[in-house]
Amino acid sequence: MASKAYDAGVKEYRDMYWTPDYVPLDTDLLACFKVTGQPGVPREEVAAAVAAESSTGTWSTVWSELLTDLEYYKGRAYRIEDVPGDSESFYAFVAYPLDLFEEGSIVNVLTSLVGNVFGFKALKHLRLEDIRFPIAYIKTCGGPPAGIAVERDRLAKYGRPMLGATIKPKLGLSAKNYGRAVYECLRGGLDMTKDDENVNSQPFMRWRDRFEFVGEAIQKAEQETGERKGHYLNVTAPTPEEMYERAEFAKEVGSPILMHDFLTGGFTANTGLANWCRKNGMLLHIHRAMHAVIDRHPKHGIHFRVLAKCLRLSGGDHLHTGTVVGKLEGDRASTLGFVDQLRESFIPEDRSRGVFFDQDWGSLPGVMAVASGGIHVWHMPALVTIFGDDSMLQFGGGTQGHPWGNAAGAAANRVALEASIKARNQGREIEKEARDILMEAAKSSPELAIALETWKEIKFEFETVDKLDVG
Amino acid sequence: MSASHEVGDFQTAQTLETFGFLPKLTQQEVFEQISYLIANGWTPSIEHEHPSKAYNHYWTMWKLPFFGEQDLNAVVAELDACHRAYPDHHVRLIGYDNYAQSQGVCFVVHEGRV
Repeated sequence: MASKAYDAGVKEYRDMYWTPDYVPLDTDLLACFKVTGQPGVPREEVAAAVAAESSTGTWSTVWSELLTDLEYYKGRAYRIEDVPGDSESFYAFVAYPLDLFEEGSIVNVLTSLVGNVFGFKALKHLRLEDIRFPIAYIKTCGGPPAGIAVERDRLAKYGRPMLGATIKPKLGLSAKNYGRAVYECLRGGLDMTKDDENVNSQPFMRWRDRFEFVGEAIQKAEQETGERKGHYLNVTAPTPEEMYERAEFAKEVGSPILMHDFLTGGFTANTGLANWCRKNGMLLHIHRAMHAVIDRHPKHGIHFRVLAKCLRLSGGDHLHTGTVVGKLEGDRASTLGFVDQLRESFIPEDRSRGVFFDQDWGSLPGVMAVASGGIHVWHMPALVTIFGDDSMLQFGGGTQGHPWGNAAGAAANRVALEASIKARNQGREIEKEARDILMEAAKSSPELAIALETWKEIKFEFETVDKLDVG
Repeated sequence: MSASHEVGDFQTAQTLETFGFLPKLTQQEVFEQISYLIANGWTPSIEHEHPSKAYNHYWTMWKLPFFGEQDLNAVVAELDACHRAYPDHHVRLIGYDNYAQSQGVCFVVHEGRV
């Protein structure tokens, strides 16, 4: 390198950053971008520009480059692939050396990979489809504060998904009335309830008042049912200091779990809170407000599977994944693709699920998938089939819209779930036999019978906007 | 459903987690759940406890987990033996999943008297 002369000016990116012969190292962080270049720019040049702008490059050669060994630090575009069914875009695979990133910092990884490069003029659109985190990097991240197995042990809930509900109306209740709604859900048979993401500490219900009443609701429901209960107290706050103050108080009132919005709150806050939870024996429920802004456009932004992987590294015990069957966007195969990323220890490449790389999570604990949004008792057999046991099925109107109120709505949810689990274990095809299974269970549960009648016509059937790329 | 006289009263009940909201499983249904447990490669295990202490994480183990047990009837016989020995106690069946280090199955087969 010492013999290299300084040659000022603008060079083609591909001279340095397009390396089709490169064989990625096990320690490299790999990324797959879906790239849509401006017309007329060669693919190799665009791919190289993405690699350069998300790693060591800048638009002009600078003399101080020669003081270091950029061959060691640079990102490399090493493969280009067609996008099935799309002639305008292509996939660019980029390898980044491990030393480009601070240990344990998802913030740092994202600042590089989805930083300035997304505004680059030579690109029409850019989407980060997947990241392969090397095990060496994963070992520097804290991950979920507890993980699925520990959560089950703490709460003594086995052999089935857990049941939750988001308290409605989502805004406007006083703290005491809110606690009432929580208590009714919990005594009726739900395992947990949830603050709506919009609920932080508004004038109509300050956080401290909410936490106190909810604390009593949890304790009373536990005493009366003999089961363990919780409520995700949302500690998302304007500043980290206030977030920690709320977290301390959530622990004091006896909730086993609290909640954070990882995208609006940010990864710095999230990672800090996950560390706090690990130290304090609290579970952490993660909501994903703002995700659709980032992940819904098929050609621009970041796919949710990347955000899900980042959350597993930053830390969280539950993460919202969509429902496939409810009111919110979510393709089945794609959803299962990132649900695997949350829960499994090794996930092989599988393009039919949008998984671009093998991913080894090592010993990092798993995250429960949360299915939430527009679901009700009729969906239960499908939800059990799609999400399996390690999930949180999160109702809202589907519990609290019951004609007899929250407790009866909760009981209907619980009966429907247990009937589905029992039938699944008996070897029945519960999605196909959904109607028989639910109607049979309703014979011994008037609460379920009424719920089935109330929601018999509700469906959410719209085309998915963000589909997997298939020819 | 809107008329107030049609609204029912939901009474809070003491329940015992999974399957606590279903009618008591029949002998045949218990048999089917044991079959599911064994088919998954899990280890059957039995625990019992007096209802007054049911909230504790730990119940008393009945013997040891039945490692390698493939015979449904043997598990049923142990459940019955435990129930006879402790007629006042809750008796639950567990399926230990050594891969996930968790319990793939856990439900109360016999409810004790409060």
